[in-house]
Amino acid sequence: MSVAPLLRPASSLPLPGAPARTDVLPVLSPLDGLFPYGGLARGSVVAVDSPALALAIVARASGQGAWCAVAGLPTLGAAAAAEIGCDLSRFVVVPSPGDQWAAATATLLDGIELVLVVPPKHPRNGEVRRLAARVRERRGVLVSIGSWPEQADLKLRIEASEWDGLSDGRGRLVARRCAISASGRGAAARERRITTWLPLGS
Amino acid sequence: MAAARVLTLWCPDWPLVALEVDADEPAAVLVGEDVLACSAAARADGVRRGLRRREAQRRCPELRLLTRDEMQEARAFEPVLSALDAVSPAVEVLRPGLCVFSTKGPSRYFGGDAMLARIAADTVRDVVAETTVPTGTALAGVADGRFASLLAARTADPDGAVVPPGGSAAFLAPFPVSVLERPDLADLFVRLGLRTLGDVAALPGKNVASRFGAEGTLAHRLARGLDDVPLTARIAPPDLTVEQALDPPETTTEPLAFVAKMLADTLQAALSERGLGCTRVLVEAETEHGEQRARLWRTDGAGSVRAGLEGQSALSASAMAQRMRWQLAGWLTGPPQERPRGGISLLRITPDEVHRDHGRQLRLFGEATDADERAALALTRLQGLLGFDAVLVPVPAGGRDPAAYTRLVPWGEPKPPTWTGDPPWPGRLPAPTPTVLYPEGLPAAVLDALGRPVTLDGHGAVSAPPQALSIRGGAQLRITSWAGPWPVQERWWDRPAADPAEGSLARFQVVTADGTARLLMTTAHGWCVEGAYA
Repeated sequence: MSVAPLLRPASSLPLPGAPARTDVLPVLSPLDGLFPYGGLARGSVVAVDSPALALAIVARASGQGAWCAVAGLPTLGAAAAAEIGCDLSRFVVVPSPGDQWAAATATLLDGIELVLVVPPKHPRNGEVRRLAARVRERRGVLVSIGSWPEQADLKLRIEASEWDGLSDGRGRLVARRCAISASGRGAAARERRITTWLPLGS
Repeated sequence: MAAARVLTLWCPDWPLVALEVDADEPAAVLVGEDVLACSAAARADGVRRGLRRREAQRRCPELRLLTRDEMQEARAFEPVLSALDAVSPAVEVLRPGLCVFSTKGPSRYFGGDAMLARIAADTVRDVVAETTVPTGTALAGVADGRFASLLAARTADPDGAVVPPGGSAAFLAPFPVSVLERPDLADLFVRLGLRTLGDVAALPGKNVASRFGAEGTLAHRLARGLDDVPLTARIAPPDLTVEQALDPPETTTEPLAFVAKMLADTLQAALSERGLGCTRVLVEAETEHGEQRARLWRTDGAGSVRAGLEGQSALSASAMAQRMRWQLAGWLTGPPQERPRGGISLLRITPDEVHRDHGRQLRLFGEATDADERAALALTRLQGLLGFDAVLVPVPAGGRDPAAYTRLVPWGEPKPPTWTGDPPWPGRLPAPTPTVLYPEGLPAAVLDALGRPVTLDGHGAVSAPPQALSIRGGAQLRITSWAGPWPVQERWWDRPAADPAEGSLARFQVVTADGTARLLMTTAHGWCVEGAYA
């Protein structure tokens, strides 16, 4: 028996550690340039420092039918989520989970692909680690709005932003020009930067 | 083209009858916290389907509460189906307690629709009274189309109600839109002045689809006495039969449930791949001794998990698996005279009525209903953890305040109807909308270059350009750019007219030196931060 038909050139093999295409949820361009695999890797924790940026990175997957939940952000403007492309028919809000935030987030991860959470100021280490494990197991994506107490797989920061559209008493807010940086673990260790308008497409 | 003539056979209050509850005893079957069915005695006290448990108990304190037992419902219905085999060779079961069949052949054989309806109702009534409780009963209705025949059965004529051929639309016209069992849509229809099915049927067809979407089109078809799936959408079922031989034969239901789930998933995947939906399946089971039991299962049109999902008429994978479990339970653990002598050696499922699935195309993230069902399960569990009102879904609302663009309603509660068009909202600020909103507003101070509070005069002009912002008495932030005022007009009706000072409400957008943009509002009582573009 010959093994020749089974052999493949090394170049046709996927990069070690690179997820399959089905393991990445799509992200609107040009934000995809911030992600090592061009999108939200399933099973990962992403920390983001702005609600608008958090909504922007999940908008495309949500708009294509993925379920999305936001926990611990009672002041969220859901209309803003719809404006940037989230599908409100598969959108859930848990405004104030309180002490139960970890249990609530874990339950959401069981059935919902995109879970956005504002962690409390001083969460317990065990809770945080259990949640990270739960994300990996359930193959969803956990987006932490505000800093994630442990090192996140990917950390996005708006380094600088400038609003456009207002002057002294005239005009209206249109969009802001943002310089966004991404850094993280593994394939994300190399820092990436882009400059874009938020909300996108404006 | 009119729908085919159909007989509907309905056993009222089946979830209770199957549990052998007498109609004279006040009792209700619950699903979660909601009443699914209640006995005649409970109904007399005001208990209704869909009531919450507490409200039902308030109306009828001696109410006996029972948990739903679907397997028992299926088991108890099996003798009914066996008896009906003598009336029609192709009975389609929608759910235990409700089945339909075409009257085409049987009607000729038994001497007309009226005779057929009476024979079918009598046959089933005898079986039900004998095998469950004496008060268990059955009703029959014949009409063009399943929907009209179900409503005919519900008129509760013990001899069976017959709507003459071609008369379904006229028969349906006086019924209120609530019989469509689409509460959101019915509510919207009523608000538009469409109170009866006749009103809905009179709408011009092409406008219905654009205004009310797929669900509205379905309602329009039903109201006109047509079938739920247009004949043109039907196609010859491709050969997608899936089957599983079992060796050794299986006699217990649990392992068979696994096989059923697997077969249903395989079939669903094959259907989805071709963009098809299936509204009727043939389930066949065979024992090692060659005994066979075949049943047709038709979708009962209910949403897959909860009413919150769009009404989908095609059977989902889990619905098909559930039908197989019902059939197996009815056969294997039903009345002794029905049971087979050996174990099940073959299980087969065939899509029998198939149509193009326009409403439910394959999504990027796999089969839509599976994701929806997983989400529904998680959210229901979360409500158990945090409380019903802690898990909310945003629905578009008609307000002009940014905080009123959407409204939050508890998950699982019927969503208020939404206009599917894209209405212009005069008085709304153009996008973007703040990502962060403070419904009560954060008290703030806005100062000019000299440190004096900025005010609006009666003509809506600012006293001086705003230069600094302080929120809740915090540090002053320098305002780098601003725009406004946009007068706020909508609040006059929810404030008493006795407060004329409320006249000058206006919004401003400001950007402060830290790069943050905020939406401010000024009232007679001072400034507040309404939201932030964070």
